[in-house]
Amino acid sequence: MIPFDQVLVQIVNGLVSGMILALVASGLTLIFGIMDIVNFAHGDLFMLGAYVGTTAFITTGNFWLALLVSVLTMAVLGAVLQATALRPLLGRDPLTTILATFGLSLIIQNYALWQYGPVPRKILEPVGGHFKLFYIEYPWYRLVIAFMSAAIIGGLYLFMKYGKHGIWIRATTQDRVMAEAMGIPVPWVHTVVFAIGAAMAAAAGVLFGPTVGVNHAMGFDFTLRAFVVVVVGGMGNLGGSILASIFISLLESLATIWVSPAQAVIVSFVALILTLLVRPTGLFVPTPK
Amino acid sequence: MSTVTPPAVRADERALETRAQGTGPSTAYWTGFFIVVALLAVSPFVLPEFWQRFMTEILIWGLFAMSSDILIGYTGMVSFGHSAFFGLGMYGAAAALLMVRPPNLWLAMLVGLVAAAVIAMFVAFFSTRLRDIYFSITTLVFSQIFYVIIFTWTEVTGGENGLTFRQPPFGIPGVFTVPFTRNGIHWFVLAVVVVSYLVLRRVTQSPFGMVLQSIRENEPRTRAIGYHVERYKIVSVMLSGLFAGLAGVLYAIQNKFAAPDFVLFLISGEAVIFNVMGGIGTLVGPVAGAAFFLLMKEVFSRVFYEYYLIPVGIIFTLMVIFVPQGLLGAWRRHLNR
Repeated sequence: MIPFDQVLVQIVNGLVSGMILALVASGLTLIFGIMDIVNFAHGDLFMLGAYVGTTAFITTGNFWLALLVSVLTMAVLGAVLQATALRPLLGRDPLTTILATFGLSLIIQNYALWQYGPVPRKILEPVGGHFKLFYIEYPWYRLVIAFMSAAIIGGLYLFMKYGKHGIWIRATTQDRVMAEAMGIPVPWVHTVVFAIGAAMAAAAGVLFGPTVGVNHAMGFDFTLRAFVVVVVGGMGNLGGSILASIFISLLESLATIWVSPAQAVIVSFVALILTLLVRPTGLFVPTPK
Repeated sequence: MSTVTPPAVRADERALETRAQGTGPSTAYWTGFFIVVALLAVSPFVLPEFWQRFMTEILIWGLFAMSSDILIGYTGMVSFGHSAFFGLGMYGAAAALLMVRPPNLWLAMLVGLVAAAVIAMFVAFFSTRLRDIYFSITTLVFSQIFYVIIFTWTEVTGGENGLTFRQPPFGIPGVFTVPFTRNGIHWFVLAVVVVSYLVLRRVTQSPFGMVLQSIRENEPRTRAIGYHVERYKIVSVMLSGLFAGLAGVLYAIQNKFAAPDFVLFLISGEAVIFNVMGGIGTLVGPVAGAAFFLLMKEVFSRVFYEYYLIPVGIIFTLMVIFVPQGLLGAWRRHLNR
């Protein structure tokens, strides 16, 4: 018999990590939807964002300021990367962009190793304290993470729905050529979307930082999980990715009741393979006509 | 004739084949081929000990790169999970060497190849239903599954530490057995790699290989002509996985260990780097790419130590943007004749 309280704790855990994952994956799916680029370096942007956050935290001593600094730095870096490495590839085989972003991933990962060393770094929690959740003391900060992520994703949604530039982005996603004909500066939309994606990854990285040590290898893990989520949710579908993030994280959290966290990853991989076989367009999208 | 018989040999296939044979490889090609093989064969006599080992490693990684070229360059499917086949070849060989006394070289190769082939069949069955990026992600995810299994199943695989074993002697059962010398292992690897190259080259020029290339060029049309595209893709993944497994077996025999690091996705990434740097769809290009990569790694590790992947990554990204056909891409037509 499975202890009921254990399941509930794992559900809360799954929701919290699902929100972080949603923050990473929505940037990835936005980039894919608009540019057909599968960004292999997305997890590394997340990782580098977390590192920039640690540096900013040490200099300023303020967590929220560090979050802001990291987000802005990574947005600029994302724009630079897109303009230098990805813009020349526009119109080539989508597989070339996988290769280019794979190269970027190698560079970023090893740069982080070189700059920050192999020892994991920790950011202090901005919100201390615990509350009692059945048999464990649950940190308040984890709930803060979930709410912050939800707020950022909500902000993105409002921007995409009502903001003028958000409408430009949606127009470019729907029809690149037509959007260009209507006077939308499509190359700049691409750069800005990549910057937004990088910034969201950085925000996720800084928020996630206090729960584990920041290390240079954590990016790949997130790249892979974000891939799984984006495919399960339907490539380029923002709402689907968010639902899929929560779904996949819940699956993994519940699986840790029986197996080790390292093996729990297999559960989400199997979910991905099943999704690809049964509904390749994604679980959380309407059936294509 | 062909190594893998297609379900039905059609007239247009035969026409393709006769055309391929009609133009035939030039004498210049074969002269170049024999010169390179001869140079590789005498290299242990001229090179210092460190570079001898280096040459053997290039050959093994070259075979691994060649195997993934079958998918990337000839069938047009980028596999990001080739490390699974390499690793399974390695662990298969390790299992045979650890469990059978006395250790037998040929048995190790057989078990390694069977392990890689079985895994390749399993992966192919699922992954070939998808194309483009979805294929890449599925292969990547499969390789991670095998990595997690190997990494966590410590009782059988040795977990993080991997397995170590003794090098098997070279010999023909019942005739003779001699332990491997350093030169001996180099020649053995060279022989295996050269034979594999000739086999793979023959396969790519066979009617089967022609169908693979037509899938790369235009999949719907290939299907419309009447080929069972999925079946060809499955065989292509299996063929590729088999030779990747062979490279894993050779690596295990040369280095006397099997480790989970070689199942990790970075190895798959390296296979893709070899292909892009050397030139996809040429078979020898990826070998040159592997040589180029390992040489860069060697040179840059002396300057940048363990951060050599920063300059290598920059060069790789620049090559993707500016030299997408790779080092030998310009001779692609010539090398495929």
